[in-house]
Amino acid sequence: MQKMKLVMVGNGMAGVRTIEELLKIAPDLYDITVFGAEPHANYNRIMLSPVLAGEQTLKDIMLNDVDWYERNGITLHLNRKIVKIDRTHRTIEAEDGTVESYDRLLLATGSNPVMLPVPGRELPGVVSFRDIRDVDAMLAASSSYRHAVVIGGGLLGLEAANGLMQRGMDVTVVHLAPWLMERQLDETAARMLQRSLEAKGLKFKLSTQTSEISNLPPLQGEGRGGDGVDTEVKGLTHPHPSLPPEREGAKQCGRVAAVRFKDGSEIPADLVVMAVGIRPNSALAESAGIHCERGIVVNDTMQTYDPRIYAIGECVAHRGVSYGLVAPLFEMSKVCANHLALMGIGRYTGSTVSTKLKVTGIDLFSAGNFSGGEGTEEIVMSDAAGGVYKKLVLRDNKLEGAVLYGNTTDGAWYFQLLREKRCLGDIRQHLLTGQPNLGTGGHQGQTHAAAMPEDMEVCGCNGITKGMIVTAIKAKGLFTIEDVRKHTKASGSCGSCTGLVEQILASTLGGDYSATPAAKPMCGCTEHTHEEVRAAIREHKLLTIPDAMKFMDWRTPNGCAGCRPALNYYLISTWPHEAQDDPQSRLINERAHANIQKDGTFSVVPRMWGGVTNPAELRRIADVADKYAVPMIRVTGGQRIDLFGVKKEDLPSIWADLDMPSGHAYGKALRTVKTCVGSEFCRFGTQDSTGMGIALEKAFWNVWTPHKFKLAVSGCPRNCAEAAIKDVGVIGVDSGWEIHVAGNGGIKTEVAQFLVKVKTAEEVLEYTGAFLQLYREEARYLDRTVHWVQRVGLEYVKSKVLDEGCRKALYRRLLFALQGNKDPWAARAVEGVEKHEFEALTV
Amino acid sequence: MTDWTKICALEEIPRLGSRVLESAKGRIALFRTETDELFALQDRCPHKGGHLSQGIVCGSHVTCPMHGWNIALQEGRALAPDVGETAIYQVRVENGAVFVLI
Repeated sequence: MQKMKLVMVGNGMAGVRTIEELLKIAPDLYDITVFGAEPHANYNRIMLSPVLAGEQTLKDIMLNDVDWYERNGITLHLNRKIVKIDRTHRTIEAEDGTVESYDRLLLATGSNPVMLPVPGRELPGVVSFRDIRDVDAMLAASSSYRHAVVIGGGLLGLEAANGLMQRGMDVTVVHLAPWLMERQLDETAARMLQRSLEAKGLKFKLSTQTSEISNLPPLQGEGRGGDGVDTEVKGLTHPHPSLPPEREGAKQCGRVAAVRFKDGSEIPADLVVMAVGIRPNSALAESAGIHCERGIVVNDTMQTYDPRIYAIGECVAHRGVSYGLVAPLFEMSKVCANHLALMGIGRYTGSTVSTKLKVTGIDLFSAGNFSGGEGTEEIVMSDAAGGVYKKLVLRDNKLEGAVLYGNTTDGAWYFQLLREKRCLGDIRQHLLTGQPNLGTGGHQGQTHAAAMPEDMEVCGCNGITKGMIVTAIKAKGLFTIEDVRKHTKASGSCGSCTGLVEQILASTLGGDYSATPAAKPMCGCTEHTHEEVRAAIREHKLLTIPDAMKFMDWRTPNGCAGCRPALNYYLISTWPHEAQDDPQSRLINERAHANIQKDGTFSVVPRMWGGVTNPAELRRIADVADKYAVPMIRVTGGQRIDLFGVKKEDLPSIWADLDMPSGHAYGKALRTVKTCVGSEFCRFGTQDSTGMGIALEKAFWNVWTPHKFKLAVSGCPRNCAEAAIKDVGVIGVDSGWEIHVAGNGGIKTEVAQFLVKVKTAEEVLEYTGAFLQLYREEARYLDRTVHWVQRVGLEYVKSKVLDEGCRKALYRRLLFALQGNKDPWAARAVEGVEKHEFEALTV
Repeated sequence: MTDWTKICALEEIPRLGSRVLESAKGRIALFRTETDELFALQDRCPHKGGHLSQGIVCGSHVTCPMHGWNIALQEGRALAPDVGETAIYQVRVENGAVFVLI
């Protein structure tokens, strides 16, 4: 079959990212041709500021070099501007007459800088800040001239000004608004920013409107440089139209020499950088009659009004919005690639963006609506002398905007709360002080990535240092946490350092850091989120993994080790007794019903209800240990006995000899119920915690959950069973039982939160069971209860579990799921289930 | 000396699963894909020696149960970003019986 022809106009970051995504999912669908107006292959445009400041070189910021296009069989035309689209014949034409036909056309023409319509804007020495050519012009000017004027005190203008100052120029920033970056900052933060930039040597003229750029040096007075103007006079041009009478006969320069303002003042300028904004470049599309409104209008699939033509990046208007930051553009790329690949799923629904200034030594972050307004509340922390300012804007107890100055380490966290529209009920008190417990184990308690030295280990599992991550981000052009994981493995194992890695990513990339989208696909095998997968399984009654994959257009034939176990769990938890449990989609521990160890042997933990045992059980355990030469016996953290170093082929006979139920230490299931001795023996005990623990364990064992699920019951508030760090912790008090949920003692130490106080043991069972079932039905696979409750909010959990109708329904569904479940050990030991799993073949 | 040795019936190896073969050459992992292709690899992950036979088979690779390395069944090579290789053995199926060249 002949391949379809895909032609892309524009060779920038959004377009090339779309091609990359497309090649990943449909490598053989198209013959691809790319036209770029610039002489360079794809470079990281957002890193032009560090290049200007001399912190990086052009080589550092190349994302795809010419070889990349060749390797992927892409025809690349550089230096060739497209001037015409013929939609009838489906061809495009370049300036030099090259004609190319297409089946699909992708417009990625980016944006143009806005040039103020003032006299003199075409003079030599007046540039924008958009591409490598502009940077080259600025660098050339900085080496032989002195005075630079940047018009525009927004993000781009300030980065340009900072760069030019680093290059030794005397820089004045002219800004129309009363404070800097007025679209990203409130006045307080902007003043702090201005002060620190002034301390670095920048000058500012605010509330100032430029009226003219002139090639006549200024006379004297305001802004006049002390050393006069030393520019060479040559090639006198025609007299300036607006030349005041007293200036007749003044020496004119070959290039810009001054900037004049509406109030009559003027300052010397050998270089003028216009950074007053960008405008989507939709001229080509407009000339071809494609509907545009300030940008090329696209729908949620990135398709224009011509169904064969897609558009992406800064040139588009999506739902009336054009984006100039890279994170939203990459989200568009994914969607666009999916549709170009004829998969037809995935929609782009718009983005919330954040801003971070890439000026070394200045920490500034803003996102969302930070100026407040009716119906909003503000939480403000201001320390002018210390140079720290934080303003959070809330509406209906949800974060709507944030401005941070001086300390932006929590920016990524606030941005996440904002995008997820999370209810702040339970975290509001410590919202201002930042994200608690960014990860407490394995990295020396560090929570501020920026303060970490380069050689400090970030990922304790894989031995990855901060320096290695930063190097990979810069060298390989990484933008997302998934990219970093793929290339460095950092945060790819236990995940406890994810927060730190995200911070490193955010601080390395600035505002262009692509935060993990709120709606994130389950894994690379699918476009669908966990929630969408669950809904499909529920609504369409999918009962097997192949059916689920087929229904949802899985990209890989059998998924991966990430999604298969998740799908298996979603199927059996949604359709208990009906869906087919697939052992080959379970991780080895759940397949073998024992925990694999590094040498390939297994460990065996028999269940002891509530941690209570007896002489007969202990004798059997001792006999088994002797008979099978078990090398080590340990007592676990959950008050059970663990036999280590068991050969896989011995497992079924050990289970038979033990004659005790499976302890599920290997499973994402109810693990143990830890108990204290309680009122039966303890002089402080107010309740029979051991009895309660046994009842809970007997009621809820042998059921699968999204991740492991641990319980504890203490008989008094002294809490010897450590109930405060369990998924459900029950604490006896004189008048009944307190139930606490979503505690965690592992990767992320977190104290359980109070759910409810009840009177009777029956109520403890019902409330605990309802919470367990809600977790089973709604958490994502591999979410511990702490992660899940943090995401949905305790208020939500309460609304379900404390409501009687809801609670009883949840409890009923749990009891139904539990009905008739066989002990997996007995099934294997006595009935020979899955026999092949345990027997080796021999020659 | 290597010889084609009869091991078991194809049906004794689960689809998308594996069996361990104890041989004079050590542990060999036999994998069966969804499309009934068979592969034999030394049962040792090039990373830290994990038993590949205990991993999850997806498409034409297996994911090691220890630290999640992906090993291509055909060549025994680790998929990027990891680098490493494990020995492979020839396998064939004849009249429903599995033979390995060992």
